[in-house]
Order: sequence, then structure tokens, then C-alpha cells
Amino acid sequence: MDTMTTILQPDHATIPGVSTPAKSRAARRVHGLSDRTIAWLFVAPTIALLLAINIFPLIWMIRLSFTNLNLSMSYLPLRFVGLDNFSDILNDEDVWFRLQTTAQFVISSVALQVVVGFGLALLINRQFRGHSFWTTIILLPMMLSPAVVGNFWTLLLQPQIGPFNYLISLFTGVPPSSFSMTGQVSLAPWTIVLVDTWMWAPYVMLICLAGLRSIPDYIYEAAEVDRASAWRQFWSITLPMTVPFLMLAVLFRAIENFKMFDMVNLLTSGGPGSTTELVSISLKRAAFEKWRTGYSSALAIILFVTVFGAANIYVKTLNKVKQR
Amino acid sequence: MRRLGWLRSTAASVVVAAAALGGLGGGQAAAQGKQLTLCWAAWDPANALVELGKDFTKQSGIEMKYEFVPWTSYADRFLNELNSHGKLCDLIIGDSQWIGGAAENKWYVKLNDFFDKEHISMDDFVPATVVGYSQWPKNTPNYWALPAMADAVGWTYRKDWFARPEIQSAFKAKYGRDLAPPKTYDELKQIGEFFQGREIDGKKVYGAYIFTERGSEGITMGVTNVLYNYGFAYDNPKKPYQMQGIVNSADAAKGLEFYKELYKCCTAPGMTNAYMQEGLDAFKSGQVAMQMNWFAFFPGLYKDPNVGGDKIGFFVNPAGPKGHFTQLGGQGISVVATSDHKDDALAYIKWFAQPAVQQKWWQIGGYSALKAVVDAPDFPKSAAFAPQFLESMGIVKDFWAEPSYAQLLLDMQKRVHDYVVADKGTAQQALDLLVKDWTKVFKEQGKEVASQ
Repeated sequence: MDTMTTILQPDHATIPGVSTPAKSRAARRVHGLSDRTIAWLFVAPTIALLLAINIFPLIWMIRLSFTNLNLSMSYLPLRFVGLDNFSDILNDEDVWFRLQTTAQFVISSVALQVVVGFGLALLINRQFRGHSFWTTIILLPMMLSPAVVGNFWTLLLQPQIGPFNYLISLFTGVPPSSFSMTGQVSLAPWTIVLVDTWMWAPYVMLICLAGLRSIPDYIYEAAEVDRASAWRQFWSITLPMTVPFLMLAVLFRAIENFKMFDMVNLLTSGGPGSTTELVSISLKRAAFEKWRTGYSSALAIILFVTVFGAANIYVKTLNKVKQR
Repeated sequence: MRRLGWLRSTAASVVVAAAALGGLGGGQAAAQGKQLTLCWAAWDPANALVELGKDFTKQSGIEMKYEFVPWTSYADRFLNELNSHGKLCDLIIGDSQWIGGAAENKWYVKLNDFFDKEHISMDDFVPATVVGYSQWPKNTPNYWALPAMADAVGWTYRKDWFARPEIQSAFKAKYGRDLAPPKTYDELKQIGEFFQGREIDGKKVYGAYIFTERGSEGITMGVTNVLYNYGFAYDNPKKPYQMQGIVNSADAAKGLEFYKELYKCCTAPGMTNAYMQEGLDAFKSGQVAMQMNWFAFFPGLYKDPNVGGDKIGFFVNPAGPKGHFTQLGGQGISVVATSDHKDDALAYIKWFAQPAVQQKWWQIGGYSALKAVVDAPDFPKSAAFAPQFLESMGIVKDFWAEPSYAQLLLDMQKRVHDYVVADKGTAQQALDLLVKDWTKVFKEQGKEVASQ
């Protein structure tokens, strides 16, 4: 503390034009600050910013969720409606259907990304010619903006001119224009899973690669001495030691995909019908197209609590796995 | 210095001469540095408006700045702007359905006093556009906009394909009548089926292009063209907001079934989420024989080197068993209430309402709603699509223009898309659910909704 106050004390002799009484007042002020106060002074701007852009809107949103506010009819009197918005949402079949669609999307896409990402990590973990080149190529999709990916795949999947249908046709003999990946109820949910996996499996690969590289070589050397087969090494060393990393990847991807909006909105707009309307698309429509501010605030809170709760349970499980 | 002095005196002379000749010199000098921002959708007519606006700048000295947003995000962007009382737009060409919300929320300046003062009479404009774009409440003399861009849904067809002898004879052999632009939806479907999958010039073509877009307003703006003509109405004309048995009548359900049949039988593959631009692309690339789209695009299509000119024909939305209507499009121009330049914005509207300006507006690609322009004897000959446009403007119907229109629209988008594209349930179920959705919205708005 003494060191710090000494540093903060201005050198009276070297500041010309500053009157002595004022200097001593300033010095007293700085001198009188405790460690705690100085720490608060440093943290205060960040806390103020956090309060202004995170906490205040959150509290405001909680307040709005108990009202009938609709911004397209802001001339109507604002009424306190209690838990009506929450009860409307929880009793709405459509909302449950969206949650189901979202859960299917999150589970399918994350599972596929983990399998593909882990597989790619195992391949890239080996040393081979062109290793760096292929790593860069594999990482390219995750560097693109979701909006670009959405538009790009919309063209690729176009039934008449898109190469994807021609590729499928080549292998199956089905005429390319006889099916639409984004326009058919049976195919559209899988299409968004496919595109999301294409984009984000490299991210899972990176995390898994970090896990694989963190396994010390001597463990494998010991296993070799014990004449453990490659398969046995994988099950007894590689997989258990990368599980925490895999779980981390699952957590990140699940949270991200629960919020997924842009790419799916561009690919299918939630269609055909409402087949791929994820809960985030529903929320955006309620908040910024229908302007049902009270209702959408309540929906946002429900989603926040769901993700926050699920993530907490998951993190606790992750910690247990790490401790083992 | 002498040279600069000469320049100064010349400039001064020019300004004085302009003031003396134009009578606008004072205003122009005063307008130096003034600027107005006009907000609209990014499409062909917007480019024409930029051209037209140069005359306004020349006359008034007020610079025009434009904020054009693609149709798919047009409503989101500008309703957000209006809702948040933003100052981006001084003038806005807002969609016809916004008028109720804009009036009730006081987003637009009420124009009655201004119209009286400037002797602008709404009787001088096509009645459907006045009701559709300007009035709120509807059919009352309360004006919030000047009709700016008249528009409706119309159809284009490949005149050159229709005229080919081999196609003519094949059609006659199959249907026992001449191949001609359809007058009814049944005829349209037959023609669609006839062209579907047919090979023309070595290329597979398709019957018709119709709106199916899910996200904004596309499928609703398409299906209503059939629904109106099959007996659908928004509510009971004698009992406002009474929708049960009207919106979901058996006739309306038949109309919805027909739209689905049309979608299944006669559209190109992959047209599951398609609106204006996709229609233009399909038609311009020679993929479809007939295209549903807004008249606003027809000047551009007529000029297209590949499918325009003699190759393109136009027809009015066909009739159905219960009537003959078409979907109203178009917009009115309004002054935004939060603008800091309301007087200049009103000056723009005054200028825009002049017959000479309206005439030029039509000539360069906009659609005037001024009777003096569209009722002129030579108007039907002024463009290949002018007669169809004129006829269409006489049979237009519009979607709800209530303040809650966005909710009503998105509910219809969902129910119709679910049935037509996603094969979910029956037409009757889709319309029953729509009545349920709309009833809920109106009740939230505080309206009394009679069930019968």
C-alpha cells in the first residue's frame, strides 16, 4: 500500500504552477484511499458498463414480461398481467413444438459434430504430408459468417441448379430436381443439421485436438510395453483422457445451437411450414415482427432459465468427470 | 485575384438570374444545405423515384437522400425505426397495411390540414388507393399519406410460347380451346399443367410461378388472389371482426385447396420459399410460362432483352367461381412525425402531387394513382401492361390494415405455409386455426369479436 501511494503521490517539486495547499489536499485524498477503494475504482467502469448493458436490460425485461406491452400498439394502456404471459407460453402447443424442434436440432447436430469433429481430430493428430494445409482447409468453414454459410448453402441446395442434388443424383440415380433439401418436411430438419455440422465440426475438432495433444506420450509408451492393442489404447487412454474436452465442446456447441438463428433463418426461414422453426426464430418473430414485447420477454426468460439451468447441471457433471 | 473576382460576380449574376426567372431563387438560397431522407423498399420503382427526385432538388434546392431496404427486411427495419421514434426518415413510403398502426401510434403526420391548405384533393386519386394507402380509419376522411405507388398483383406470360403453332395445336387437341391468357383460375391451372415439364427449345419448362415465401408476407400475398375469388373475406361486412364462418367458410377452404393444387401441379421444383425476386428470376431465365408478381416489376420485365418486348404478355389476376378480385399492393407517402424537417417533407409531397410530376412518375417506371394520369385517354396505350393495371386497380382488395396487422399477417403466413407447402392438416383446419389466431389478436387489441 505504501508503495502504491508513494507512486500515486505527485512530486510537488516537479509540477510547476500548482499551489501547495491544493497539492497537499490531492495528496491527502490519494493517500487516504484503501486497497479496497482503489480496487473498486478500477473495477467500477466495468461494473457500470455491465449494469448498463446487461443487468439493467435484464431487469427491465423481467418487468416487461409481466405486462401486456405490444410495441405495434403502444397507444394501448400498459397493464400488469401477472403471470399471464408465462402461462400463455407454457400452455401453447406451438411453443412446445418449437422447443421439441430445437431439442431435436441441438441433439442431432451436436452429436454429429462430436463424432465428425473427434474423428477429424484423430486424423489430424497424426503427422502426414500436407498436414498444415489440410488442417487449414478443414478449419475454413468455421471462419465464415453464418449469413454467408446460409446463402452459400441455399445456392448449393437449389434443386435445379445446385450441385448438391446432382451429387446425390450421381450416387442414387434419383433425378436432381425431384427433391428439395430445404423445401421438404422430411429433409429440411436434416439439412439444417448437415449444414451446421459442416460449419462447426472443425470447432469440435480443434477442442478435441487440444485434448489429444495434452495426453503425455509416456502413457502410450507404457501401454506399448504392456502390449496393449491400438483399440485398447483408444478405449483405455485416448477416449477417457479427452472426455472432459469433448464435454466442453458439447457444452459450447449446445448453448450456441440452442440460440441458433441466422443460418437456419437464411436456409429455410423456419419452413417448410413450421418444420424448422427453432425457438429462437419464434422469439424473434414474437419480439420484432409481431412486436409482442411482454410475451416475448416472458419467452426469453423461460429460455434463459432453461439454458442456464441445463448448463449448470452440465458443468457440475463436467467437474465430476474431471475429478475422476 | 481578378479571376476570382470575375468568378464571384458571375456566380452572383447566375443566382440573381435564377431568382428572377424561376421565382424559386429565394427558396433555393434558403434551402442551401437542406436535406431530406426518404425511406422505401429497394426495388425498381425506387430507382425511378431517385431520378424523379432530381427535379425536386433542382426546383427547391433540397438535397434528397434515400434509405432503401430489401423487401424481406423492409417491414422489420422501418417499423422498428418508427416504433423507436427514430429520426432516420423524414418521408416514408410505408406499406398499405401499416396505415392503421402508423395513425394510431401517431408515427405519421395527419395530412388533412395540409391537403386543404394546398388544395390537394383525394378525389383526384384512384379511390382504391385512397382507401388503401391514405385513410385511417378506412372509409373516413382522415388522411395520413398521399397515394404514391399504385400497385396490385398481376400476371405475365410467355407470349412467344403461347403463339407457337405446335403449342397452340397441342393445347387445342388436349383441352378443346385456343391457348390464350386465362380468364379464370381453372383455365390458368389447365395452362399450367399443359406447360409443366414440357420441353421448349431443348429446355424443360414449368407451368406457373406463384408466391410461397414463408418469412415475411409472400405466401399470404399470393394465396389471397385465389381466396378472394373463391369467396374468402376478412370479416362480416355487417359485423366488423366477426370472422367465424367467413374466413373459414367452405368456399374459402376450396380456394386454399386450389392454391395448393396449383403449387403441386404447376410450379418449378424448389419453389418452397419464393417471392418477388425468385419469380423474376424464374421468368427471366425462361423457366416458367406464367408468373404471378406485382405490376411494379412489369416495366423492368418488359425491357428485359431475353423475355421482354414481343415475348412477354400480361393478364389480370383470373376470376374464380365467387368473384373477380386481386391483391392490392402499393404504398402511400407520409411525413414521419418525429422528423425535424416536416415543412420540407410537406413541400416534397406538394411537389409530388402535381399532375406533371405524376405523369413523369408513370413514364419513368413508377405507378401513379392520380386520376388525371390513369384516366387520360391515351393511358391504356402508354405501356403494354397499362390496360391490365387499370383493370386490376378497379378490383383490388387489401389485407388487414389494423395496428396489429403484423401479427395477423404472420399468423396467416404460418397457417397457409403449413398447409400448402408442409402438407400439414386440411385446408379447413388451417383456416379454422387462422380464425382462432386472429380472434386472439383482436381480443388482445381490445376489439369485440362476435363468434357468429
